[in-house]
Amino acid sequence: MSAITLTVNGRSHSLDVDPSTPLLYVLSDDLELRGPKFGCGLAQCGACTVIVEGRAIRSCVTPVETVDGADITTLEGLGTAENPHPIQRAFIDEQAAQCGFCLSGVLLTAKAFLDENPKATDEQIRQALSTVLCRCFVHVRMLRAIGRYARELAG
Amino acid sequence: MRKQPDGAMDPTSWTPDASAALDRLVVSRRDFLMGAGGLIVGFSASGGILSPRPAPAQNAQTSGVPGDQLDSWIAIGEDGRVTAYTGKCELGQGLRTAQMQLIAEELVVPLDRITLIQCDTERTPDQGTTSGSQSHPTNFNEGNLAQAAATAREALLRMAAARLQAPVEALDVEDGVVRSRTDPGRRADYGELVGGKTFRLSLDSRARRLPPSEWRVLGTPVPRAEIPDLVTGRFEHVHNVRVPGMLHGRVVRPPAVGAKLVGVNEESVKDVAGLVKVVVKNDFVGVVAEKPWQAIQAAEKLSCEWSPGAGLVRQSDLYEHLRRQKPTSDRLVVDSKDVDETLARAASVVSATYRHPYQMHGSVGSSCAVADVRDGRVVTLWSASQAVHHLKQTTAMVLGVSPDDVRVIFKMGSGCYGLNGADTVSYDAALLSQAVGRPVRVQLSRQDEMAWENYGYAYVIDQRLGLDSEGRILAWDYEAWFPTLGSRPRTGTPGNVVTGFLAGFEPAAVTEPSPATDPSTYENGSNAAPSYVAGCVSGRCGGTGTIKSERVLTHTARSMFFTGPLRSPSRLQNTFAHESILDEAAAQARVDPVAYRLDHLSDPRLIEVLKAVARKADWDPRPSPRRGLSKRGVASGRGIACVLYEGDNGYCALAAHVEVDQDTAAVAVKRLVAGVDCGPISNPDGLQNQVEGGTLQGVSRALLEEVTWDEKKVTSVDWGTYRSLPLGFDLPAVETVLIDRRDVEAMGAGETTITLAAAAIGNAIFDATGARIREVPFARERVKAALSGR
Repeated sequence: MSAITLTVNGRSHSLDVDPSTPLLYVLSDDLELRGPKFGCGLAQCGACTVIVEGRAIRSCVTPVETVDGADITTLEGLGTAENPHPIQRAFIDEQAAQCGFCLSGVLLTAKAFLDENPKATDEQIRQALSTVLCRCFVHVRMLRAIGRYARELAG
Repeated sequence: MRKQPDGAMDPTSWTPDASAALDRLVVSRRDFLMGAGGLIVGFSASGGILSPRPAPAQNAQTSGVPGDQLDSWIAIGEDGRVTAYTGKCELGQGLRTAQMQLIAEELVVPLDRITLIQCDTERTPDQGTTSGSQSHPTNFNEGNLAQAAATAREALLRMAAARLQAPVEALDVEDGVVRSRTDPGRRADYGELVGGKTFRLSLDSRARRLPPSEWRVLGTPVPRAEIPDLVTGRFEHVHNVRVPGMLHGRVVRPPAVGAKLVGVNEESVKDVAGLVKVVVKNDFVGVVAEKPWQAIQAAEKLSCEWSPGAGLVRQSDLYEHLRRQKPTSDRLVVDSKDVDETLARAASVVSATYRHPYQMHGSVGSSCAVADVRDGRVVTLWSASQAVHHLKQTTAMVLGVSPDDVRVIFKMGSGCYGLNGADTVSYDAALLSQAVGRPVRVQLSRQDEMAWENYGYAYVIDQRLGLDSEGRILAWDYEAWFPTLGSRPRTGTPGNVVTGFLAGFEPAAVTEPSPATDPSTYENGSNAAPSYVAGCVSGRCGGTGTIKSERVLTHTARSMFFTGPLRSPSRLQNTFAHESILDEAAAQARVDPVAYRLDHLSDPRLIEVLKAVARKADWDPRPSPRRGLSKRGVASGRGIACVLYEGDNGYCALAAHVEVDQDTAAVAVKRLVAGVDCGPISNPDGLQNQVEGGTLQGVSRALLEEVTWDEKKVTSVDWGTYRSLPLGFDLPAVETVLIDRRDVEAMGAGETTITLAAAAIGNAIFDATGARIREVPFARERVKAALSGR
């Protein structure tokens, strides 16, 4: 065990954990966050996605020691149901979910990419989402919501 | 009415955790409903009653919450809030919101005054399984939730009539307030009329359902209640259930199908930090640890010795193996007894064999459950099972406890699309919790989910169609073989899923061998009979088509792998074969595929949805394949398919436009037009979401998805080896045609258009290239082989 410090959604946490523990378990079990989900544990589906220093990463394969001291944003860190972030607002407006299990991967991957590439083409957005899975296949609505956010960013 | 404690007065301000905690403390509602008269309780907005949960009564009736009693379905508080109870739950398909619309409509109350409690064995009526596109037929037509709401409205009107001394006919109701039509100042609201008391009425089959012409809430695109919480990470999936003192479990499955446990070396994990216990019961092995990562490491390190296993049929031999299976369980859906003669005198016979692989539910989140087994026998189980009341019975069997001591509370999981791992992981959690005496959460590894789930059925289907000299179909002969093992555990067969089997329970046997006996009624729930036959049994014709010479024979064999319902079970496989061979016959007859279908259909609703889809898809009427084909370069084509799902539960049609790169054999689906007629539409946006999602899931299944195995085990165990179309694939345009038919009963919708995807795409590939692909998935090698076979 060792002491790890994480800033998650703006709040600092000091934790005594096995440093090899994947970040996902620290977030979902020690901190009881609901956004990041275990989908595969293999970085294949995206359900565990969080944003670390502006980049979308797969927390299921990220040992917590490698993000010691980092600033981490999960789905709940973007906004709230009452005051959603614009990309969350776009998903609500488009009713772009069924079971919603995959949403960390979908929203955070798209957000991190678009924040970095605000003028991305549809093709580039698709490319960025090429390893994100939604098994309810809400693809049409999700891409429409992401497009809506992209247009907002591009002004 | 007992007041709620301070701080609980405004339930809308509760955090989800507080609300969930109250749910967990709730007194047995069944005991309340079954209990002594006169007990009046206050329901909180969460449906909870604010007192600790006592141990279940020893003599509690196993019938649970009586479905014929209005109080089982609807309670109204002093504040006029409505708490409704349903045995059909939200799986991501939008059913919670649709049911709230139903209650708002029938009870004439605003949506935000309703709390809907879903699938809890101590609080909600037993409505079996939330599956099979049955929720709308069950709860939105004559019985159950719809009838309860109508019964309640009429009862409230009668109470108001007595209080206001006015006849019911002179009263109006609006937003939960009843007023005299002539003197609107005379009023009584629902809270005053019944608040805090029970109705003590049976469901009234004569209570008047509001006709769709009067709908104000149903039929509108009410946004889904969960979506704001889902997109902001506040929603509590079963994966997020946390209870005090909870430990984490992990299971260790056999390394090969049929392997038996020889021994476990507990020494191998003695150094794993946080390990609480290694649990073994027959062939079931699991570990429990303080933290999830510790449980994962313990499961990986645990040294187990297993027998070699049964050995598996070579994958390439599967379909021939199925045909050779003895014994099989045989069934005739229809047999006009003249098929052989008709085929013998037909001008031509079109015959082909279609193959469909085992496929997975492949939930994006591996399955999870939390169990709290106290004193070895009192069980609380949080589960994403589609059948909480059934799970209560079978969990009791697995644990060797009384079902009266088991409570199952539904929490939505990752989308399941049928029998995923939700039931099996519930047994896992329960077994581990019982062994350690503390609450245990189990989430399966990706591999354990995929290697052992109850797969959708593989099928091999022979079709023979006899055509007259004009090209019309005279006779249809269908014969299919498919393997099954296990399925839903129902109320008594926990061995139908892997954990129950490993713990010592047998799966249901494939029923007695046959020859099949003649059917006594026409029952086409699996769509084994095509849309184009008349379906005549005992002088009554229940089909949607005109072909009178008809024979439909299925053989069920024993499967090597567990199988179970996967979205459109059997219906999809059968419809792939039917709608493909129909297209082959149309091509032989040189008739346009839509016109050829219309020539053989009789059902006006199926005809209408087919025509509507063809129109929207800009269907270009001509025979397939298109003329002047080149064998090189990119070819484009269109295909169509239609079906009445389950023979009586949702009309649908689907047109697909595809491009095939004939040099690389790459198939790109460019445009899909999906149409449904499922009767009156409760929520058009929710229906559209289901149709879009189902259709694209069908595309993924048609193009990519296939369970694979080697000589001893399943090898498609992650998203690299079992492929699913990702969010970033070359997405086709998806358009929908929703026929809102308000003068008929509600049918199912969730499984309609997925049923058609493989056929519509296969027909479009044929139209584009002249190559017919008769085996799903349409993997590149198969497309390539079909192209080079032209």
